[in-house]
Amino acid sequence: MSTATQTESKELAPVSAESLAALLVSGERPPRPSAWSASMTFGWRAILKIKHVPEQLFDVTAFPIMMVLMYTYLFGGALAGSPKEYIQFLLPGILVMSVVMITMYTGVSVNTDIEKGVFDRFRSLPIWRPSTMVGYLLGDALRYTIASVVMLTVGMIIGYRPDGGVAGVVTGVALLVVFSFAFSWVWTMFGLLLRSEKSVMGVSMMVLFPLTFLSNIFVDPKTMPGWLQAFVNNSPITHLSSAVRELMAGDWPADEIAWSLGWAGLSVLVFGPITMRLYNRK
Amino acid sequence: MSTQTTSGLAIETAGLVKTFGETRAVDGVDLAVPAGMVYGVLGPNGAGKTTTVKMLATLLRPDGGEAHVFGHDVVREADEVRGRVSLTGQYASVDEDLTGTENLVLLGRLLGHGKPAARQRAAQLLEAFGLTDAAGKQVKNYSGGMRRRIDIAASILNTPDLLFLDEPTTGLDPRSRNQVWDIVRAVVAQGTTVLLTTQYLDEADQLASRIAVIDRGKVIAEGTKGELKASVGAGSVHLRLREATQRPEAERVLRTTLDADVQLESDPVALTARVGSGAANGQGAAEKAARALAELARTGITVDNFSLGQPSLDEVFLALTGHDTHDAHDARDHAGKDDKDEVAA
Repeated sequence: MSTATQTESKELAPVSAESLAALLVSGERPPRPSAWSASMTFGWRAILKIKHVPEQLFDVTAFPIMMVLMYTYLFGGALAGSPKEYIQFLLPGILVMSVVMITMYTGVSVNTDIEKGVFDRFRSLPIWRPSTMVGYLLGDALRYTIASVVMLTVGMIIGYRPDGGVAGVVTGVALLVVFSFAFSWVWTMFGLLLRSEKSVMGVSMMVLFPLTFLSNIFVDPKTMPGWLQAFVNNSPITHLSSAVRELMAGDWPADEIAWSLGWAGLSVLVFGPITMRLYNRK
Repeated sequence: MSTQTTSGLAIETAGLVKTFGETRAVDGVDLAVPAGMVYGVLGPNGAGKTTTVKMLATLLRPDGGEAHVFGHDVVREADEVRGRVSLTGQYASVDEDLTGTENLVLLGRLLGHGKPAARQRAAQLLEAFGLTDAAGKQVKNYSGGMRRRIDIAASILNTPDLLFLDEPTTGLDPRSRNQVWDIVRAVVAQGTTVLLTTQYLDEADQLASRIAVIDRGKVIAEGTKGELKASVGAGSVHLRLREATQRPEAERVLRTTLDADVQLESDPVALTARVGSGAANGQGAAEKAARALAELARTGITVDNFSLGQPSLDEVFLALTGHDTHDAHDARDHAGKDDKDEVAA
């Protein structure tokens, strides 16, 4: 607040009419930026926002640590005999769960941002239309990566040992980030569709809780009733967590990777155009 | 600059309509804005000014009618239009979380500049707008005047052919308002057309060459400032005498030579007379006033100070709408709707 009053009371330097005129004349217009360049610029905007408000990284640091510790020690003894054995099974899954849950913040930031004046400017620019939304997702991809690194570090401290080595772990995280980037188009859609931040949160929870819990993240689906197995075995989250688990264990689960990427592609194809339609009509 | 189309018009609209539910926010607006000038769109809150600007800037799709910007249709050729216009909204159209420099570099990159060019242009703009000291501060910590400046700086980053200024001085103190006016004059002097919406009559008077008066979604008058004023008629002569004792005599002289009402001001040496409606904007008025002055001098009355004032745009608005700007505002309040609501709908 002290900065605000300070700048308020301080005399503003006068506008220099000559340098202004020179600027206006010298302004030759460069060609429009490519779709890639515009998207990266919006991604840079997202990173700048993190730089100015680092507290927003709380949800990709503290929350994931809590998830790892909580579920490992809560279920470990009962489900796998000991937390140490359970973490070997759980970590890739809880990684998937946490990151997929974090994707919902994309919807919240789109929703709070879209009403601001700056969006009028973005929308009146001659740029590739989806680049604004892609920028959010690129910034969020960075957040997903941070969350993954944090969780893997905590996991390894309490005993997780990935047999896939660095290559397996990096591929697993990459697959997870790609899936989350694609899946987030659901949230950009809801962010534009719903009226308030609260309703975005509400809808996100309604979707994410069943989607992440009804999967093979915590337990083997074989113990579930048949009708539930039918759902769980075909859930994109099950495919993704199997793929990440096996990649980190040093295998190459081609089928599960294909399923995960297929679901990711479908999500972009369905929710991408809906998001853009809403964005253009807003 | 390649701003001239064959018609020489920056904006041309015909029967432009935008409805929000039951409300016809813009109800058949026809505009013809010549390139290279400040064109004022004057009207009270909720008259449909912002909605019109948003349609012209491709942010809202019209529900009826047509609009062309430099000959390009705002719906079918939206991208062409976007390449040539820039918009400064009622609230700052910059990212409040970013610094002044970051905002301008971001926009420079989005307009196609390389990184070094975007940085250089940002620094030059901040310098020209007197914001160098605040370059590294987040815009949310800027004062109202500084926000306006960074906002306009962002809008002219690529020297647009047409700049929309939507109520650029609403909420500013008089000093900052004058500074914004200076910027607008500098921008238009370099060949950019400016469409200025305002609810301040003196602002339109100060800046605009032509004015459209808009009320309840319709253009109710259009023309040069002079034409608008002449259509209302009458200016007034203000006099200050040296001797208060001469005032009754001066009043008599003025009444006979001007054939008009004379008003005695509370200041004992001042008086004001309405000059009859001259056809060509006060031309007849000036002649009559000169004759009255000569007559006063002949009668031996010393005039210390003299001015011939045009009717204010307030009077113009009252004469055109039958209600003043304040009434219109109240009516909107009762309807529970303002410009901002329309936009959010």
